Amino acid sequence: MAITPYPMLFGATLWEKLTAINGFNVVASNWAYFIEGGLVTLQLTVLSVSAGMVLGLIIALMKMSRWRLLSSVAVIYIDFFRGTPLLVQVMLFHFGILPIFIDSGPFLSGVIACSLNSAAYVAEIVRAGIQAVDRGQMEAARSLGMNGSQAMRYVILPQAYKIVVPPMINEFVMLLKDTSLVSVIAVMELTHRGKLLYSTTYEAAWVWGAVCVVYYIMTKTIAMMGDWIERRLATE
Amino acid sequence: MKKHLKLLLVAMLVFSLAAVGGCAQKEPAPQPGAQTPAPAKVLNVGTQATYPPFEFVDKASGDFIGFDMDLIRAIGKVQGYEVKIQSMGFDALIPSLQADKVDVTISAQSITEDRLKAIDFSDPYFKGGLIVAVRADNTTINKYDDLAGKKLAAEVGTIGAAASEKLKEKDPKTQVRIFDGIGEAFMELEKGGAEGVINDWAVTDYYMQTDGKDKIKVVGEIFQADDQYGIGIKKGDAETLQMINEGLAKLKTSGEFDQIYKKWFSE
Repeated sequence: MAITPYPMLFGATLWEKLTAINGFNVVASNWAYFIEGGLVTLQLTVLSVSAGMVLGLIIALMKMSRWRLLSSVAVIYIDFFRGTPLLVQVMLFHFGILPIFIDSGPFLSGVIACSLNSAAYVAEIVRAGIQAVDRGQMEAARSLGMNGSQAMRYVILPQAYKIVVPPMINEFVMLLKDTSLVSVIAVMELTHRGKLLYSTTYEAAWVWGAVCVVYYIMTKTIAMMGDWIERRLATE
Repeated sequence: MKKHLKLLLVAMLVFSLAAVGGCAQKEPAPQPGAQTPAPAKVLNVGTQATYPPFEFVDKASGDFIGFDMDLIRAIGKVQGYEVKIQSMGFDALIPSLQADKVDVTISAQSITEDRLKAIDFSDPYFKGGLIVAVRADNTTINKYDDLAGKKLAAEVGTIGAAASEKLKEKDPKTQVRIFDGIGEAFMELEKGGAEGVINDWAVTDYYMQTDGKDKIKVVGEIFQADDQYGIGIKKGDAETLQMINEGLAKLKTSGEFDQIYKKWFSE
């Protein structure tokens, strides 16, 4: 593999020293491979968080429902997905449960497992957010003639939204890191690519170091975007 | 409520202490009536114990068993070493040697040019080679070349994975899914996520006779048949290399090697 030269970035002698290191060459000639892996990780995370948010909201509402059946289903769901490791869930769904219903590739299995897992955490975030809205708000909305679901949609959820944003961004960052676990079912995301490169080059420090850098850039970017959104919400 | 919590915490503490104590007690117990003085030297061995019949965990006892395990224990015995085996990912074996985490690795590792750049190998001890496995009902794939353009599953860092990747040169549509262990690759094959698995013949053979019975079959001839397994040693560690080779030679002359071989491979 040819190495893309960047001597202008380092100066000629430093460049020579660096290219004498095998691990550096491995990373330098595979940077596009890492970036692609980062994009797959990002796709996986965005899809899972989006699906997890929709499902999580439904489960949160189910859990707060007066119908015992609905609320106990939600409780069992949340308990199961928060009480067992994501790594185990990923293998359970990919090899165990999903093959009964669909012929899902690793990526789809990964998205499904991560979404279902994320939904459990989102449900608890949403429930906490809704319950943090002052009880008087619901009473006021009801006294204005709204029914329960109208009050929820137009009064409670918009206020809960503000409270929920910071922990939701946190969940996004957590899930981005947790998607590394789907490497066990051969999704070509960042960690899996690191594993493949490392398994043939044995350059542990360089390969895993590079993987860390890409993860860090992604999580830092999301955290900064989160700060920006929080600031905007605060001034509104 | 608080009382219960306290009680629970105390109970947990007691249990964990008991568990640790239980383990600690087992370790130093000297074997009564051992003829040889307790071997002072320890040989730390790395393996990936998910590769029957070479190295795997005995379902009943939880011990590491298999051809490689018997072999390295026998080498330790004739050379006066206490063998301590630890299981890890196959892709972690070579880096563990390089980082001095283990002294040797024995894990059905083929002696390849690429690996020789990173580590040294003992004299070869097993004739390897690759074979193609497909689902038992498959009739279209009959040899290695038929796999071009298909979905394959393999284990990370193996020569089977390399041979799978190589098919991409023939047909870029070839997809290779790499798993941490060969068990997952076979599962992917059985559930329909892959159409073929390229792997070491002895392992695929064993799987076909055990867990994969009636689910998978092998097709075509063994290829890369000049492949040989070696025991991995840190690059430049001549002392350990010589010790292992000596032990291997002793076992071969005494006939013990053949006994171990016959125990695991009937033909």
